[in-house]
Amino acid sequence: MKDDSFLKITGLSKSFGGVEALSNVSFDLKQGESLGIIGPNGSGKTTLVNLITGFVKPDSGKVFFRGKEITGKRPYTIANLGIARTFQMAKAFHHLPAFKNIIIPLRSPRVKTFRGAQYGERDDIAIDLLEEVGFERDSAVPLKTAKSLPHGYLKRLELARCMALRADVIILDELFSGMSMSEVASTLPIIEKLKEEGKTVVMIEHRLRELFRVVNCLIVLNFGQKIAEGSPAEVMGSEAVKAAYLGSEE
Amino acid sequence: MAKIRREKKDSNGKYRKERLDRGIKARSDTIFALTSYREALYLVVPRAVTIIGLLILPLVLDIWWTKVMIMACVIAILALSWDFIASAGMLSLGQALFFGAGGYLAGVLNYYWGLSPLYTIPIATIAGATVCTLLFLPVLRLRGIYFAMVTFAMPLILVRIIEATRIWGGIEGLSALTPLPNLWVSAYLVIAAVFACLFGFRRLMDSDYGLVLRGMMDNDQAVMAGGINIYWYKAQTLFIGSAAGAFIGAFMTHYYRIVGTSAFSIDYSILPVACTVVGGPGNFAGAMFGAFILVPLCEYLRAIGSWRIVLYSFLMVIFVVAVPEGIFNYLERKYHQFEHWVKTG
Ligand SMILES: Nc1ncnc2c1ncn2[C@@H]1O[C@H](COP(=O)(O)OP(=O)(O)OP(=O)(O)O)[C@@H](O)[C@H]1O
Ligand SMILES: [Mg+2]
Repeated sequence: MKDDSFLKITGLSKSFGGVEALSNVSFDLKQGESLGIIGPNGSGKTTLVNLITGFVKPDSGKVFFRGKEITGKRPYTIANLGIARTFQMAKAFHHLPAFKNIIIPLRSPRVKTFRGAQYGERDDIAIDLLEEVGFERDSAVPLKTAKSLPHGYLKRLELARCMALRADVIILDELFSGMSMSEVASTLPIIEKLKEEGKTVVMIEHRLRELFRVVNCLIVLNFGQKIAEGSPAEVMGSEAVKAAYLGSEE
Repeated sequence: MAKIRREKKDSNGKYRKERLDRGIKARSDTIFALTSYREALYLVVPRAVTIIGLLILPLVLDIWWTKVMIMACVIAILALSWDFIASAGMLSLGQALFFGAGGYLAGVLNYYWGLSPLYTIPIATIAGATVCTLLFLPVLRLRGIYFAMVTFAMPLILVRIIEATRIWGGIEGLSALTPLPNLWVSAYLVIAAVFACLFGFRRLMDSDYGLVLRGMMDNDQAVMAGGINIYWYKAQTLFIGSAAGAFIGAFMTHYYRIVGTSAFSIDYSILPVACTVVGGPGNFAGAMFGAFILVPLCEYLRAIGSWRIVLYSFLMVIFVVAVPEGIFNYLERKYHQFEHWVKTG
């Protein structure tokens, strides 16, 4: 297992009852690369994220991170290794104030190893992180309970959780869906900045224009199978992709 | 709107009504900043009344009512323990397991080894909590009603095992155990325990540690995505909660001087839940409050014989229907709505 691959999956498959949600999908990412995953609704994109991050166990196939197998490890173990994800349906702690939502990942073993160096008080770090994702610092917004926040804020709260973990791989599952145009415009630079910092970004996105500003390679899923892979330009020109998208999208 | 515009005039000028907590609330919903002794008093008085009131009770009550108060404290601790475990998202219907485990451990240590309550109670608290946590480990993955059903069944199974194997005195139980020195010691011991649980649990839930527990109640998956081992935190929560239950079970063993299978009785599982629901879940004060309403009520109704359960259940339904948020939460809300006149003109 000696190669320079950073995040590598081989032959991942998963069925739910009779539905084959994902079949035999592989890819290989180097550190700092960014990957886009697209595909029609129900093509298995979220399932792929769940398999990588340990929320669902694969029927077959393997996941490697930094050369070590992490297949079937628990979600919190994988998060502590440095793979963080957002949820398509934002999962906030509705009864807690927004900034307290960020305290929870800040208590993880992973973040504890960073603390002491330059990390300060948890509350301050949380408010700083929320400011980075566009929660106005001096307003009441970071103090509001999560259930009273608009949907776009909840999605950005998801992003802030990944940033709190200081993850090396950040997987964004349709982060932009449910955000307003201006929210997308202000969130995109955050993702670009994460990339500049050397983070590996995996992005599932229906908004292709924004997606292509971030990613340099792309895979396309259809009915759980990988039907194309390559640079965005190559992939979007392929016949298989055109066929899959005709009639099934928009 | 009508409320806000209420004004009155007198010779000194205009006045309007203002909520007592206005100054505190206006600054922030989550962070208190007290600026006057008056505001401090407003927050301190309810707590002080509770503490002092409970400390005085054994001095003013007769023996019978003191015993009722002890029983209320016992159920209050089981209710506090239930509320604590519930605030980490675990619905327990097995408080009797904690109670019985502590009770039997104290009984066995006293009966077979002759240890004094000074040792049996602390040992039973820790060992009982360990046993209960280990028993629950395999089902930590269950949620909601599935978790509840397993916890409900566990004490019932243990009763059957004790009956079948005739260990620890079988059906008769262990009797003639060492009593506690006197009623005063018993009363103040349980009162101290109630305060320890009430303020301890509240403290814990306000800390960053408690934040993780509250997070698990909202959403297990998001907690895991945050890199937190939820099973480790759930096990710790169960340990703390069951320690409270085991402590009070051990206490009761010495208080009654006997321990039998009734220590696993479903009363100890159900009554704490009823108290928490009637008082109001989620803030511990409600759970305690509920116990101090339901237990004395239950004892008082003994006089009317078999109609007791009917009337008792009926009253409980009334409480729950009339004040679904819980009596304590209702009173707290009303307390914060108290108004006073302030000069405006
Ligand atoms: N937990 C589950 N149980 C049963 N079926 C599931 C489960 N999760 C996903 N599926 C099924 O697997 C298939 C792929 O779903 P998935 O959510 O991965 O698609 P997706 O590409 O993320 O779609 P979308 O664009 O709508 O988010 C769907 O047919 C879905 O119904
Ligand atoms: Mg999806």
